[in-house]
Amino acid sequence: MIRMDTQIPVDPTAASPEPDLPNARLQVRDLSLNYGDSRALSNISLDLPGNRVTAFIGPSGCGKSTLLRCFNRMSELAADCNISGTILLDNEDIYARSVNVAELRRRVGMVFQKPNPFPASVYENVSFGLKIQGIRKKRVVDETVEWALRSAALWDEVKDRLHESALGLSGGQQQRLVIARTIAIRPEVLLLDEPASALDPISTLKIEELIHELKRDFTILIVTHNMQQAARVSDYTAFLHQGRLIEFGETEKLFTRPSRRQTEDYITGRYG
Amino acid sequence: MRSDNRLMRWFHTDTPWVWLNAGAVALCLLTLLGILLLISAQGLAHFWPAGLLQAQVATDSQSRRIIGEVIRHEQVPVLQLQEAGISLDTDQTEVQRTLIRNGNREFSDNDYFWVLESALSDRHYPDHLAVFERARWGRLYGYLRELSEDGALLMRQGPDTDQEALWHEFEQRRQRTEALQREIDRIESNMLGQINRTLEQLRLEQRRLELLGPLQVPQLEALARERADLEQDYHLLQKRLTRLQQQVGRNRFRVEMADGQVLEFAMADVIRAYRPNGMGLSDKLEHFGIKLWEFLSDSPREGNTEGGVFPALFGTVLMVLLMSLLVTPFGVLAAVYLHEYAYQGRLTRLIRIAVNNLAGVPSIVYGIFGLGFFVYFLGGSIDALFFPEVLPAPTFGTGGLLWASATLALLTLPVVIVATEEGLRTIPTSLREGALALGATRAETLWKVVLPMASPAMMTGVILAIARAAGEVAPLMLVGVVKLVPQLPVDGHFPYLHLDQKFMHLGFHIYDVGFHSANTEAAQPLVYATALLLLLVILLLNLSAILMRNHLRARFRTLEPEL
Repeated sequence: MIRMDTQIPVDPTAASPEPDLPNARLQVRDLSLNYGDSRALSNISLDLPGNRVTAFIGPSGCGKSTLLRCFNRMSELAADCNISGTILLDNEDIYARSVNVAELRRRVGMVFQKPNPFPASVYENVSFGLKIQGIRKKRVVDETVEWALRSAALWDEVKDRLHESALGLSGGQQQRLVIARTIAIRPEVLLLDEPASALDPISTLKIEELIHELKRDFTILIVTHNMQQAARVSDYTAFLHQGRLIEFGETEKLFTRPSRRQTEDYITGRYG
Repeated sequence: MRSDNRLMRWFHTDTPWVWLNAGAVALCLLTLLGILLLISAQGLAHFWPAGLLQAQVATDSQSRRIIGEVIRHEQVPVLQLQEAGISLDTDQTEVQRTLIRNGNREFSDNDYFWVLESALSDRHYPDHLAVFERARWGRLYGYLRELSEDGALLMRQGPDTDQEALWHEFEQRRQRTEALQREIDRIESNMLGQINRTLEQLRLEQRRLELLGPLQVPQLEALARERADLEQDYHLLQKRLTRLQQQVGRNRFRVEMADGQVLEFAMADVIRAYRPNGMGLSDKLEHFGIKLWEFLSDSPREGNTEGGVFPALFGTVLMVLLMSLLVTPFGVLAAVYLHEYAYQGRLTRLIRIAVNNLAGVPSIVYGIFGLGFFVYFLGGSIDALFFPEVLPAPTFGTGGLLWASATLALLTLPVVIVATEEGLRTIPTSLREGALALGATRAETLWKVVLPMASPAMMTGVILAIARAAGEVAPLMLVGVVKLVPQLPVDGHFPYLHLDQKFMHLGFHIYDVGFHSANTEAAQPLVYATALLLLLVILLLNLSAILMRNHLRARFRTLEPEL
């Protein structure tokens, strides 16, 4: 058991990006984030491959959600948030001045911890992102809604109640609806912030199956506090602790042969 | 000792508190109910046809006949009467006296008089005793005796003509007269009014051209031609009017009054005639309904103590609706800025406190502000810019519907801001983030997600604003409400809604009738009736706003995770 106040020695080479990743779509470069005076993320650098699932794990407050929210610049919504370093998406700096944030968020979709459907019908929820983009042709919208709901494995359950309130769905259905809403605008990257933490085991299983399906079309980043889930759904795993990236690698390797002590302590349950 | 203990024990249970709290609620409810009952009873009784008393009053040596409506009885100390110079030989300390409404205002000094119960004798309620409600001089009480046309006797009550036939003929002729009267009104207000308006426009047009530069001869000639045409129309109508008026004036009738005199009156003056003592219940109910409808739909007469309150009702509702239209966008926009965009620092907190405090500023202060800022400054500037030809007569530079609505909007602004901010605060962050994460801008998130969901809270603000504004009188007296306006602020002439016009208001009407009427006894029931109406109007306005809010609530039910 490691005491919380123990300073963790950082080996500068350990947190360096994994070299020789085949197709690094997202590159985090020396990213630090402060909330006022308190530091949430310290000098994080890593390369994330495309069309793979990368899991962020770590104890509560380690900064994994904060890091995830950096990819679609949601973290800057918080007051006195200060970010340095950068993230490249397809070699473009998403923190550049010329970047339109709304545009970026269409490319990098996000699903939150708690299902947050709008108080509107299922159809209106899924078509929200399209309407925002000014897509109003009924045929196009109809097709996209159906495609998104099918992709989120929800179509069969809601096809007869498309125009009823989304708030009448169960928690698991609502979360899949939110996923459908997010993929309806066909983002390139999908950020999932503990998408199953508020769900029952069966709904969780469905979401995990869905992640497997979706990885063909999307680059998926998932934050989870559930290590079995990380092991089940992800190809790569990053372990964060106190705002630092401790270890990043292929999930199988990280869970079986972690190269760092803290990682081992955490995944074996001795810490966290 | 034991009972003491038991009392103490009882005191330490919940029971006394429950009783105390329930008692407070019951007291509040009873008080409200009492007020409502009092207002309803006093107000509605006004429309019920009261019986007409005929009696003999003994004064000193002789006795005289009186006719009138019994208003109420009261016990009065003999001492008080003696001090007032009325000598009584009685050994009682109190005697009963009766207040009687005396019609025929042009012949007697007072509309109402007190009579000692002991002086009244030979009381009865004759069926043929009639009430004639007139456009001038109030009610006339007496017996219908003769009808005449063009000065020639038409019918007289006598051995060969009974009262019923006479009354029947009177009613028929009165209805014909009324139809003619309506025609006269129509010509006067519509057609003559139209010509007058056009003439006024011509005058203003000429004035406007003069302000631009010296007038050319062709312009002057064109104007003069138009004016001549209009004047010719005017004379034609005037002739027709004179003819109609002559026709109306032909019918006259004679009435025997309380003192036995028989006097002649013009039928055109009579608005309504009825014989209350001979009425059955259904007749009385019908009369009640007619009077109630007159109250709701007619203009006031006789210094606001007779007739209806329709202009005031209309003015109140219109003013409140305009106020809602003005206050909602401003309040919502201000609340959105304060809650969504403003940096949440000390200044914003200070502004928020100031907004809250604005709600506590006395309304008369708003009235003065409205007068100074809206009427004199804004209105004056508008007049100088857009209506220079009318000056020095003000258009917007005087109190009016628009400025009254704006003043009340300002007065109720804090309520709407606070309620809307409250509503914005309850919208979960997760929904805003959901919209933002889908690529919506902040403005899109606000318009498509946040504001629709906050709309029930906005409606709450509007409901509170209506409740406050509809009952407000003091500021209105400074910015546009007056005692009597013959025209409504909405009519068939461009621009249809006359925002610059002064208007009547139920609240001010109550104040005016209650305190500034020459005839307090006559005003009293009207004050109650108007108060009842004002309460109903506020209730209805609020009810419709509440229904709208419930509709919105059902649509934008706040997100509750069903897990």
